[in-house]
Amino acid sequence: MFDSLSDRLGSVLTGLKRRGALKESDVDQAMRDVRLALLEADVALPVVKDFIAGVKAEAVGQKVLKSVTPGQMVVKIVHDGLVEMLGGKPAAEGDEGAEAADTGPEGINLSGEPPSVILMVGLQGSGKTTSTGKIAKRLAERDRKKVLMASLDVYRPAAQEQLRVLGEQAGIPTLPVVEGQQPVDIAKRALQAGKFGGYDVVMLDTAGRLHVDEGLMQEVAAVKAHANPSEVMLVADAMTGQDAVAVADSFNQRVGLTGIMLTRVDGDARGGAALSMRAVTQCPIKLLGVGEKLDELEDFHADRIAGRILGMGDVVSLVERARDTIEAEDAEKLAKKIQKGQFDLEDMASQLAQMRKMGGLEGLLGMMPGVGKMKEQVKAANVNEGLLKRQEAIISSMTPHERRNPKVIHASRKQRIAKGAGASIQEVNKLLKQYQTMAKMMKKVGKSGGKNLMRGLGGMLGGGGGLPPGMMPPGGVR
Amino acid sequence: MGGSWFQRLKDGLRKTSSRLATGIGDIFTKRKLDAEAIEELEDLLVMADLGPATAAKLSAAIAEERFDKEVDEAEVRTALADEITTLLEPVAKPLTAESDANPHVVLVVGVNGSGKTTTIGKLAHALKSDGKSVMLAAGDTFRAAAIEQLKVWGGRAGAPVVAKEQGADSASLAYDAIEQARAQGSDVLLIDTAGRLHNKADLMDELRKVLRVIRKLDETAPHDVLLVLDATTGQNALNQVEVFGSMVDVTGLVVTKLDGTAKGGVLVALAERFGLPVHAVGVGEQADDLRPFAARDFARGLMGLD
Repeated sequence: MFDSLSDRLGSVLTGLKRRGALKESDVDQAMRDVRLALLEADVALPVVKDFIAGVKAEAVGQKVLKSVTPGQMVVKIVHDGLVEMLGGKPAAEGDEGAEAADTGPEGINLSGEPPSVILMVGLQGSGKTTSTGKIAKRLAERDRKKVLMASLDVYRPAAQEQLRVLGEQAGIPTLPVVEGQQPVDIAKRALQAGKFGGYDVVMLDTAGRLHVDEGLMQEVAAVKAHANPSEVMLVADAMTGQDAVAVADSFNQRVGLTGIMLTRVDGDARGGAALSMRAVTQCPIKLLGVGEKLDELEDFHADRIAGRILGMGDVVSLVERARDTIEAEDAEKLAKKIQKGQFDLEDMASQLAQMRKMGGLEGLLGMMPGVGKMKEQVKAANVNEGLLKRQEAIISSMTPHERRNPKVIHASRKQRIAKGAGASIQEVNKLLKQYQTMAKMMKKVGKSGGKNLMRGLGGMLGGGGGLPPGMMPPGGVR
Repeated sequence: MGGSWFQRLKDGLRKTSSRLATGIGDIFTKRKLDAEAIEELEDLLVMADLGPATAAKLSAAIAEERFDKEVDEAEVRTALADEITTLLEPVAKPLTAESDANPHVVLVVGVNGSGKTTTIGKLAHALKSDGKSVMLAAGDTFRAAAIEQLKVWGGRAGAPVVAKEQGADSASLAYDAIEQARAQGSDVLLIDTAGRLHNKADLMDELRKVLRVIRKLDETAPHDVLLVLDATTGQNALNQVEVFGSMVDVTGLVVTKLDGTAKGGVLVALAERFGLPVHAVGVGEQADDLRPFAARDFARGLMGLD
């Protein structure tokens, strides 16, 4: 989501980078652009003003003049400012070489006597119910907690049914629905069921409400008073505009927030709401919703997101996600093979499969540095999940011998493979060509440790070579 | 346009407009309209989600005639409301759902959580009140309980709902729905779709397929493609309108959740850039909380004028 903002700041700061010495007028110009970029990104105006003032004071100072590359210094100051604003700790004063420190994601607070209660609040349509399902699933699967979910949404038609179905999908029990019961009573019943059922966590999914709806705000405050939650999570849409401040502030005043979950981060909104809400509530952004599926939930890292805003990419997240997805053993095997320069079609098939698991090409590119333009090319090249599947099908139609020795694939074999995969010979040829480019690149990666990967990747896309090669050779990026 | 809807909208807008109006009051009470004042005015418009570009343009328009003159608050407010009205008037067009086609097919699209299903429920209610026979198609086959949600709305409005099981192909559902609407002689068919982010190519392709399949039965359909926008959305609304517009030929907008605090602003920016009709606004959760969009009332409400 932050791509557009990172593109914008990228171009602003590239201008700065090219200047040898930095004048106050340069900084002024840059700050005007930064301000505009932040506003277009929906960062709330008061937050923008504070931020700009701080960064400007930093930038037009001795620090910059002393620095060898003034432009770099401004990049760093803007970056650190963003990290700080997003909730990370800035780098220590005077320690110019140090990167801003990331405090890491803040976990969900499950303190107190079990069952711990997590109260989910937010506007209508912000994604509370889906987020409830995602958090419950993670707590159950990753943290081995026994979780009970209950819907307190007695207003929207079929809302309670929605949570029940989600629970079924995720394998998380939900509190049986009692027709006509009111939210506070449902909460009480959920707590009792949680206690007697030996649950570790009870998640209360509330109805969406406007922060100016006095009656409903009183209701949620009453629920909070009865449930005594260890975590009150505001679920907010990453696309929220200037109103993010008012929403977050009202909810914070009325129910006392402990954390924020930002949803639809997989969209293309610039996500200024994240900065605004963090600034106005001082509550940590704890989690990001990055898709419609229940496992599409990520931790929030201020440092990484700030880096992404600045066009530094989000390589850390990328590597982490790759680690989660790729079986460790496979990864090691592949790393060894790459180093030896051996990379066959079987490896390619597993790469394609992993890539699909990791949210497809676009999901991956979103996390790579400096790929704003490449994304357009990818879109133009029409590389999507369907294509990945087709290519997997082609490889599946080969014999193991062919996969390990692609050189043996000649005309008649190609014909058979094409038939088997329901593809054309051209598609088979294209795949083989891609494989060759990929193998070449893997060799390079093996030698240089990933330095040339991006360059090679860009070149391939520019050449219209269809699918960029496996971009996460785990041995290479690490 | 009943007085009550304007009252409700005004109530809803009160917080934004009071913030905006107080701000303007602070800037202009017995004051010259200088560069600083104009910048502050621009800031206030930005805070109402008009976006930096539209805010700059509007404040420039105000400044043009009045720069360096003594101006008072009411004058500036009225002038701004007039500017906004001029921008919005051409796009304020109620949804008629009238064509020679039987049924008149309305496809409802939008990002997740924008309020599509609720809007369909309200539309069904409004069309039924106009004496039309309405059928609903539960085309959101992805989200859990979306079908049940639409069925509840159908029950309230007295409109039959065509549905399949969750996970069914939404294009084939749309096809069946048109056939059923024809068989039953329905005047209007409202087709719900799953929420989707506009930057997901595969999901947008799926929507295009729905469109293609509908056109197999009726080349002129869908007769309206409504994009439902959440009023709390910021500048990303521009991306949404652009992408949905180019992918599925959006013909008009419905803006929901206008009963919160920050609203209107993005509508002004949208009208300026795309000029798509704004058919209706959602101002609450009840069946009759969907109203035609009235430019002048809206603009004056936004500026805190009666």
